[in-house]
Amino acid sequence: MRYLDEFRDPQLARRLLDHIWARSTRRVCLMEFCGGHTHAIFRHGLRQMLPPTVELRSGPGCPVCVTADRDLDRAIAIARLPNVILTTFGDMLKVPGSSGSLQEARAEGADVRIVYSTLDALQIAREHPDRDVVFLGIGFETTAPTVAAALLQAEAEGIRRFYVLSLHKLTPPAMRAILDSGQVGLGGIIGPGHVTTVVGSAAWEFLPREYHMPCAVAGFEPLDILRAVAALVEMAEEGRAEVVNAYSRSVRPQGNPVALAMMERVFAVDRADWRGLGSVPQSGLTLRPAYARFDAALAFPVETGPSRPHPGCRCGDVVRGVLDPPDCPLFRRVCTPARPVGPCMVSAEGACAAWYTYGQDDEDG
Amino acid sequence: MCLAVPGLIKWVDGMAAQVEIGGVERTISVALTPDVRVGDYVLVHTGFAIGVIDEQEALETLRLLSELLEGSAEECLFSSTGEP
Repeated sequence: MRYLDEFRDPQLARRLLDHIWARSTRRVCLMEFCGGHTHAIFRHGLRQMLPPTVELRSGPGCPVCVTADRDLDRAIAIARLPNVILTTFGDMLKVPGSSGSLQEARAEGADVRIVYSTLDALQIAREHPDRDVVFLGIGFETTAPTVAAALLQAEAEGIRRFYVLSLHKLTPPAMRAILDSGQVGLGGIIGPGHVTTVVGSAAWEFLPREYHMPCAVAGFEPLDILRAVAALVEMAEEGRAEVVNAYSRSVRPQGNPVALAMMERVFAVDRADWRGLGSVPQSGLTLRPAYARFDAALAFPVETGPSRPHPGCRCGDVVRGVLDPPDCPLFRRVCTPARPVGPCMVSAEGACAAWYTYGQDDEDG
Repeated sequence: MCLAVPGLIKWVDGMAAQVEIGGVERTISVALTPDVRVGDYVLVHTGFAIGVIDEQEALETLRLLSELLEGSAEECLFSSTGEP
C-alpha cells in the first residue's frame, strides 16, 4: 500500500458518485476549508462530476491568502533591514504588499531566501552566526508545530540570532468567524485533513454542537474527498449534524498530542488579523514570554504605515467564501499568476489560482 | 501550505529519519512523531513527519468503499459512529 493510487481508484470513485447522485435531492452548499482540497477538487475534475444540487465553495484555508496586508508589509520591512536574512516558504515571495513584494525587495538587494522547511532556516542560522536569520512563520496548525520544533532546537543548540515572525493562525476560530458572519449559506464543511491530523477531529465538534453544522474531515485523494461529500450529502438529507472522520487512516479524535504539546509550549493564543475576516479573537499564535528572544516582532520593531491594498482586489471576499474567483472583475483580465494582484492568485493553495489553472470560466454561468 | 505526502520510513536515528517518497529518499525530522518505526508510513509536511498512517484503518476504508453497492457499509462510511 502506498496510500495514493488506492485512493484514486476510478471504480470506487464511480460508486461514491453514484451514491451521491442517488441520495442528493436538496440543494446544499459545502465549503472546503482547505485550499489543498480546492486544488485537488479541480485537478481531479470532481466539481463537474457532482450533481447540480451539490455546490462547492472555497474557504479560508490558504495561509498565504489570509495573511493581512499589514503583516506582509512588516515582513517586507524586516527583510529590507541590514544584516537580516529573511527565510520563507516560496508561496509568499510574489504576494504584493502595499509597496512591492518580497521578490521585489530581493531584487533591490534584500537577502530573502526560500526554504522548504524550518530546519533549512535553522541551518542558514548555523552557517551565518553573524547575521540575523528571520523565519517568516505562516501556516496553520499543520505548520506551527514544525516551527516550534525548530525553535526548541535553536534553543538547545544555543543559536542566538534565529528569529521567528509568527503570523501563524488557528483554523477553528476562522470557521467560527465565517459562520458568525452569516454571509454564506453553508450546509456542511469539508474539514482540513492535515490540520486535523494535528488538532484532532474533536476540535470540530463545536460545528454540530453550536451551529448544527455537519463536518466531514477529508484526505486529499479523490476517494477521500468524495467520501466526505457523500457523508455531508447524507447528513444534509437526514437533517443530521455530526463530525464524520473520513480520513481515519491519518486523523484521530485527539490529533497528534506530541505536536500539540510542542506548539503549546512555544506559542500562546492571541488575536490575529486575517485578510477578509479582520481581527479574529483567539485565532493567532504568538511566542510565549519564555521565547521572547526569538520573537522577530520584538527584535525588529519596524514602522510600516497604513497598508494600501489594491482597490479592486476581492481576495478578502474569496477567502470568506462570499465570492467565486471568476466573479472578481480583475480575475484573468488583470490578475493572473504571472502578474498577481492578490494572494489568492499567487499561492499553490489559492482559490483564484485553482480556477485560473483548471477552471472553465463559463462553468460559473 | 498544508500539503503533506505519505513517506515510508527506511531508518530512524534519534529525531532524524530517512523516508522514501515516490522513489526518492530524503531525511526528515520525527520530533513530532517520536514513536515512529522503520516500515511505518508517515505524513511528511515541510520536512517533518506530522502523523503516522494507520494501515488497518486504510484497509478498512477501502473494504467499506468496495462494499458500498451492497448498502451495508453506509453507516460506517457516512456517520460518526462508524469510526473509532
